[in-house]
Amino acid sequence: MSSLLRLATAGSVDDGKSTLVGRLLYDTKSVLADQLDAVTRASVDRGLDTPDLSLLVDGLRSEREQGITIDVAYRYFATPQRSFVLADTPGHVQYTRNTVTGASTAQLAVLLVDARNGVLEQTRRHAAVLAMLGVPRLVLAVNKIDLVDYDESTFEVIAKEFTDHAVSLGYPVGEVLSIPISALQGDNVVTRSENTPWYTGPALLEHLETVPVAPDPHDAPFRLPVQYVIRPRTADYPDYRGYAGQIASGTVRPGDEVVVLPQGLRSTVTGIDTADGPLGEAGSGNSVTVLLDDDLDIARGDLIASAGSAPEPTDELSATVCWLANSALRAGSRVLLKHGAKTVQAFVEEIVARFDEQQLRAVQAPESLELNHIGQVRLRTSEPLPADDYRTSPRTGSFLIIDPKDGDTLAAGLVGVGFPALGDGQAASTDGQGATG
Amino acid sequence: MTAEHTAEPVAPGSGQDAAIDNLAALESEAIHIFREVAGEFDRPVILFSGGKDSTVLLHLAIKAFWPAPVPFPLLHVDTGHNFDEVIEFRDRVVEKYGLRLVVAKVQDWIDDGRLTERPDGTRNPLQTTPLLDTIGEHGFDAVFGGGRRDEERARAKERIFSLRNAFGQWEPRRQRAELWNLYNGRHRPGEHVRVFPLSNWTEFDVWNYIAREKVELPSIYFAHQRDVYLRDGMWLTEGPWGGPRDGEDVHTRTVRYRTVGDGSCTGAVESTATTIEEVIAEVQASRLTERGATRADDRMSEAAMEDRKREGYF
Ligand SMILES: Nc1nc2c(ncn2[C@@H]2O[C@H](COP(=O)(O)OP(=O)(O)O)[C@@H](O)[C@H]2O)c(=O)[nH]1
Ligand SMILES: [Mg+2]
Repeated sequence: MSSLLRLATAGSVDDGKSTLVGRLLYDTKSVLADQLDAVTRASVDRGLDTPDLSLLVDGLRSEREQGITIDVAYRYFATPQRSFVLADTPGHVQYTRNTVTGASTAQLAVLLVDARNGVLEQTRRHAAVLAMLGVPRLVLAVNKIDLVDYDESTFEVIAKEFTDHAVSLGYPVGEVLSIPISALQGDNVVTRSENTPWYTGPALLEHLETVPVAPDPHDAPFRLPVQYVIRPRTADYPDYRGYAGQIASGTVRPGDEVVVLPQGLRSTVTGIDTADGPLGEAGSGNSVTVLLDDDLDIARGDLIASAGSAPEPTDELSATVCWLANSALRAGSRVLLKHGAKTVQAFVEEIVARFDEQQLRAVQAPESLELNHIGQVRLRTSEPLPADDYRTSPRTGSFLIIDPKDGDTLAAGLVGVGFPALGDGQAASTDGQGATG
Repeated sequence: MTAEHTAEPVAPGSGQDAAIDNLAALESEAIHIFREVAGEFDRPVILFSGGKDSTVLLHLAIKAFWPAPVPFPLLHVDTGHNFDEVIEFRDRVVEKYGLRLVVAKVQDWIDDGRLTERPDGTRNPLQTTPLLDTIGEHGFDAVFGGGRRDEERARAKERIFSLRNAFGQWEPRRQRAELWNLYNGRHRPGEHVRVFPLSNWTEFDVWNYIAREKVELPSIYFAHQRDVYLRDGMWLTEGPWGGPRDGEDVHTRTVRYRTVGDGSCTGAVESTATTIEEVIAEVQASRLTERGATRADDRMSEAAMEDRKREGYF
């Protein structure tokens, strides 16, 4: 079975993201006849003589009316080498929350720039969001290369500026690849183009098909957020009590010593159940039901962790947040915090710093965090949380901040320090080692 | 649903079940979603039409809570334009797993004047009102649907937890950020959340999963002989919704259905596929998406689906 790559597009509005996605779908023959008919008809209606491939992804009425992307579109396509889940994200500043949504689970991001405009403010903002989320690999697609006469030096200048920037954000040099493309004409998208003889790297799809996907580390410590307690109380299973959840990291086997947090109760795993039968071992990503030796009081929201390396529950969190709401965050705000399967009340004690993603430096003790700001905060929670550092365990190191009034999601939160610059108050280090996990 | 137990646990370290393939990952994601809803909502319900997506949905719900019973009822919005085989299948499944079934009959809404029959006789668009009324009446706060993002461009934009306002409407511009696998199910009184555990599945994944899990489906999904007539390029069959009009000839054809819906506008495709494997081979070779091939009402306008979703359709 071929492997799966989850990727997201990013970049400023009009840089060609939707056209590129349409091109990838079209050139990999993932567009079925009736969808193409619909797009061709719509393009003709708009007076175009070739199909506008961005219409394959811009599916909302207001998107087609305005010719922009408002929300993430998830598309699925496959080549003989690999299957892809692609999130096409919007470029507008006001829809950055949708870009964050699309990028949060991506293993690779394709960041586009328009060759005529180069790296823009929004390019830098998206690069910062990708670095913060720890998206491990970046491709810079220098698009519309047709509009600069396939000029090598234009490409080189943009590629260098961006690579330096990405490295400052913490990307290792080798994880950023720049490709000159024309999403509209197809140059270097699926096959290498004769129009860019000076470019010797792979076409975009070639790279996507062959880039290694990092597997979840097998030796990471075991974490299972308890979602639901299964107690059938039926004639066949009168005393059954199992703790159901999706393994967030590590592996578990019967006989393992575990600790239930935040209570700190110790126990031993006696079985791992699924509807298909018991398992001898289960790893990260599996939804299972774990049985324990002792009759403990365990509820939804608790965390079962390996006894040898469990996180210390704390009601004081230092975290990086990406603020996604129109209303600002201020110290003293009361919010809800969802971590794993648990939602608790939280109090914003301090906004320590804001990350200036344009200049890559920290602004100490800002008044507030506004829409799209990335900042370092200190939170106090109403109950201790067994949280890990996001860089070592993203699933148990991430949380949402929720508005207690209307239930809206206000921010993406990452336990620990997202950027070197936020940690020590100094300008970002440029050694390229820190920020991506 | 086949949940036969293997007698012996797989040997530790064999790596066989620690590694997770694509279908297993999709299954695991869906089970996670079911359990989140069970943990956070008071009155969830599963939309169940007897079609393949909702049957897979139910299969996953059963697996998510095993060995306990599914802690939610099913809701069928019944257009009255049914295939007998599907209703028979629905009732058999409900019986077998000891489930509770709520049926909202479009006919009842027509009879008491809350709805009027459309001139074209199609009832798919009429399902919205009975659905929303029933959600309100029972106080359902989470409604599981079998929608997939690969079905259509507007669905490709929808979150897994999709908030509906007090009028049951989807507001695409107000969608919440949905990060990692943290789902936000908060809603105010009167609002509810539609939940789509199959969001990231393709049609092909659904069929492969059905084959792998040996999920039983209504017989109309497999090739059979049927009297059909051609309308708008689709093979329709006679039923409670009427039959061929003047000039529409009836032919006996070997056909199967790719979706289950209002019989008046759900077309059959010519096919000889009588097994899951043969159906998969056909799906693979197919050049039309399932909705485009077989649902007349999706062809109406470019934005047909989005408009209906905004109104509160599935
Ligand atoms: N000449 C040229 N035009 C392009 C190229 N890629 C995109 N465009 C055009 O740029 C505009 C914006 O494209 P779109 O895909 O909607 O950008 P998005 O906002 O990043 O999704 C459209 O008019 C496209 O046709 C390209 O490679 N060359
Ligand atoms: Mg776009």
